[in-house]
Amino acid sequence: MAPATRSRWIGALRSPLGVTAATLLLVVLLLAVVAPLVWQSRADAVSPADILQGSSARHPVGTDLLGRDILARVLVATRLSVALALAATAIGVLAGLLLGTAPMLLGRRAGRWIAALINVAVAFPNLLLALFFAVIFGVGAKGAVLAIGFATAPGFARLTQTMVATVAGRDFIAAARIAGIGRIRILVRHVLPNIAEPLVVTATMAAGGSLLSFAGLSFLGLGVQAPSYDWGRLLGEGLAQIYIHPAGALAAGVAVVVAAMAFNLTGEAVARAIGLRSPQAGARPADDAPPVARAGGTYQAGSSLLSVRNLSVTFPAGADEVTPVREVSLELRRGEAVGIVGESGSGKSLAALAIAQLVPAPGRVHAERLEFLGADLRAGSGKAHRRLLGTSLAMVFQDPMTSLNPTQRVGRQLAEVVRQHEGADRTRAWARAVDRLRAVRIPAAERRARQLPHEFSGGMRQRAMIGMGVMASPALIIADEPTTALDVTVQRQVLRLLENIRTAEDVALLFISHDVTVVAQVCERVLVMYAGRIVEDLPAGELMHDARHPYTGALVAAVPGMDTDRELPLAAVPGRPPEPGRLPAGCAFAPRCPLATARCREQDPPLATYGGDRRVACWHADLAPTVAPQQTSAAGQPAAAGTEGSTA
Amino acid sequence: MRELRFEQVSVRFGSRRRGTVAVDGVDLVVPAGTVVGLVGESGSGKSTLARAAVGLAPLTGGRILLDGRPVREMSRAAGRPPLQMVFQDPYSALDPRMSIGDSIAEAIPRQPASTAAQRRAEVGRLLELVGLPADRAGVRPDELSGGQRQRVALARALAGRPEVIVADEITSALDVSIQGAVLNVVRELQRRMRLTMLFISHNLAVVRYVSDVVAVMYLGRIVEYGPAADVLGDPQHPYTRELLAAVPRAGAPLPQPPGESADADPPDPHQPPSGCRFHPRCPVGPQVVPGRDRCRDSEPSGAGHRNLAACHFAAAAGQARP
Ligand SMILES: Nc1ncnc2c1ncn2[C@@H]1O[C@H](COP(=O)(O)OP(=O)(O)O)[C@@H](O)[C@H]1O
Ligand code: SF4
Ligand code: SF4
Ligand SMILES: [Mg+2]
Repeated sequence: MAPATRSRWIGALRSPLGVTAATLLLVVLLLAVVAPLVWQSRADAVSPADILQGSSARHPVGTDLLGRDILARVLVATRLSVALALAATAIGVLAGLLLGTAPMLLGRRAGRWIAALINVAVAFPNLLLALFFAVIFGVGAKGAVLAIGFATAPGFARLTQTMVATVAGRDFIAAARIAGIGRIRILVRHVLPNIAEPLVVTATMAAGGSLLSFAGLSFLGLGVQAPSYDWGRLLGEGLAQIYIHPAGALAAGVAVVVAAMAFNLTGEAVARAIGLRSPQAGARPADDAPPVARAGGTYQAGSSLLSVRNLSVTFPAGADEVTPVREVSLELRRGEAVGIVGESGSGKSLAALAIAQLVPAPGRVHAERLEFLGADLRAGSGKAHRRLLGTSLAMVFQDPMTSLNPTQRVGRQLAEVVRQHEGADRTRAWARAVDRLRAVRIPAAERRARQLPHEFSGGMRQRAMIGMGVMASPALIIADEPTTALDVTVQRQVLRLLENIRTAEDVALLFISHDVTVVAQVCERVLVMYAGRIVEDLPAGELMHDARHPYTGALVAAVPGMDTDRELPLAAVPGRPPEPGRLPAGCAFAPRCPLATARCREQDPPLATYGGDRRVACWHADLAPTVAPQQTSAAGQPAAAGTEGSTA
Repeated sequence: MRELRFEQVSVRFGSRRRGTVAVDGVDLVVPAGTVVGLVGESGSGKSTLARAAVGLAPLTGGRILLDGRPVREMSRAAGRPPLQMVFQDPYSALDPRMSIGDSIAEAIPRQPASTAAQRRAEVGRLLELVGLPADRAGVRPDELSGGQRQRVALARALAGRPEVIVADEITSALDVSIQGAVLNVVRELQRRMRLTMLFISHNLAVVRYVSDVVAVMYLGRIVEYGPAADVLGDPQHPYTRELLAAVPRAGAPLPQPPGESADADPPDPHQPPSGCRFHPRCPVGPQVVPGRDRCRDSEPSGAGHRNLAACHFAAAAGQARP
């Protein structure tokens, strides 16, 4: 197991649930080992004098029909009950693994038959299957173990099959196959290690289930036979006397429940810690910002549409906190197109989410000023802001599939927006939706409105998203990598669409992209972000040729254009951006900057006005080469290509 | 390094009647020691063609030859395929449970006499070759950036001593500052080792930067093929022109399309259009220019046209260039 994995499992035990569950499980397992050694004779001691006594100092939960101490018997039965449950689980897991991996090993045709078989088997309730098998395998402990084992197998088979399919679809499996590695070896070396964790977790939880099933079978007399006894049998024996003294009857029941819970909760805690069923992370941003009608009133013409000063976003990180967005200040006028460029992780999207008040849960936003349409977004009630943002701000994301509800017709999703905020009636809302789809140039809008998102191509989905954004008339569209997943021809359509909306309706655009060329083409002004800060703010026309910040220059030079000299290596930015939690002292770019000096490593340069209409955060802004992008790397040296790696 | 040749290659997914023909009768040559760039929109069949070459997609027709011998035969004879592939997603390309050194070592062909030390040395050499320090062999993928992973994937492909490398969108998941570094490695390797390579990308600027020859794919067919300078400098097929026009250019206004038709969505690969497959979108096709009914009725071939452009109205091969 990788060290990282081990620490995650240990991490699971740090949560209150984890500690409780693990302690409980430990106690159960310990009892299974120890109890028969300590209490066996006491549990078997027949004492005709003490038949069917209630609880007393000598027999805390009383005695049974033969005068044996019930508590001792319950404790001693731990071993058999747990062992049988584990054996059944082991059989289930093993059979499940064999069935689940068979499709991968046996090829497509046989695999399909096995998959069909599994599908039929999982359709039956577990206990029903167990009873069925119990009848087949015969009464007795061995039969019951097999029965419960085979009853749990289909569930495991299905799980294994799904996980194997997921892992098998990944490229490293394809690479292994190309390298001529056999199926079994691929399964053992690549597939199993990658599905082991969730399997172990599920098996742990299933052990709890087996325990219950076993108790059920024994209780019905199908499981363990006298003179052996497990909890199920004890429960059965005790039940006859339940009206005389309930404690004796319940002791075994309590033991079953506690032990089953111990297994279940431990599995649950580990699952949660390793992210198998993480609690739903925040609301989906797009759902929160359905734009509807323009908020009137407070906005004065001439003043800026969006005004942000010293915005930061902070997340707790253990005892500490990290600030992935720092000191972001920007102004947007009505109808203006401003771009934000930067590498992934530089804080572009988070800054945008902060402006839209959509930063997910533990994150906190601070700002000296955060005004949109004249309203201070920092003060006042969330509801009023949601309405203002909901009606005047539209957001478009990279992957429209995640922002559209896959189970609802596209037209209905658009219509919902106006129905909710304006109370428009169904017919009017629908008509508007179709109209907007037409406006974003969805062909056959009337028919398309009735389709589900997956029936749209990627480009159409993105246009539908934009259509949803302009169901009313927003004052600002924030588009976060809206064309990154699209082909150039489709990208052009989407960009043109945004451009048309912007000019026709005077809507401002905050356009986020990692592609400097696209930003330079679409926007009037460009903000360059690095390690959470804006490091340069310049007119788009100067981005490609007269960047003052060394990072901007490097970013521009790294991208080949249609006229890049093929004989020269592309400029590579050495190293990688710092993690938000581990910023170097001084300028965050210093470790990668060819111009860095001692001063850079000590003091962080402020974002200062430069040459009238631009801002730069660099001590040596005057030194930046007036673009010689091709030369910024050691030309001709093969090692230049490797610098990204060697310093990291 | 040898020449890779696709002859009338077809790949169909699903049944004969209801399936999709992702690659339809493709003829394509990757000459020895050159990089052929394959461009086209997503869904045009680029990846399927690549996967067919390395045996990950079953052929339904045609042959794939390496210096005249079927690739499948060669891999059976040698016990390993003569082609290697590098994939798009650096995060799924490496087994997260294995050190990068082990991943690379796994791809080195097994020789009975080779010792552990020899294999280690070979891993180190391969890492250096792609610009990573040899002593990083012990790290796991999650300690590496996307660009570094992609270079490890390249090293793993080289480890198999392939005759040809197929690279499918290897830079499109990378950050721009890192993409440059990976492209440099590709270019450098090509120059030093005379690699034969099929380089797939939807980014024309990237393809232009690394390729000697460019092929353009549309809906399962190659529609234009020729030296990079010719195809990109003097495109003959209307679709190639569309692609070139759509490349974003800083400072330039967003180009307006010549007609509505160019905005039409890509057609359904289940039911490719009749005649020229590009005709519903073609800005100089039957939707726009009256009298070009031929485009709807008969399928154009590249033969005899400049850059082998599969368009009825492309210039003839011999004709003087403007
Ligand atoms: N495993 C598959 N099953 C069915 N259809 C597929 C499969 N893989 C690809 N396709 C289809 O084949 C066509 C070509 O896809 P692909 O080769 O991935 O194109 P590209 O690489 O150019 O984006 C698409 O229509 C796609 O949906
Ligand atoms: S301040 Fe110094 S280290 Fe930072 S970008 Fe400017 S020159 Fe480079
Ligand atoms: S054959 Fe006709 S439709 Fe096809 S590309 Fe040429 S002009 Fe356009
Ligand atoms: Mg592809």
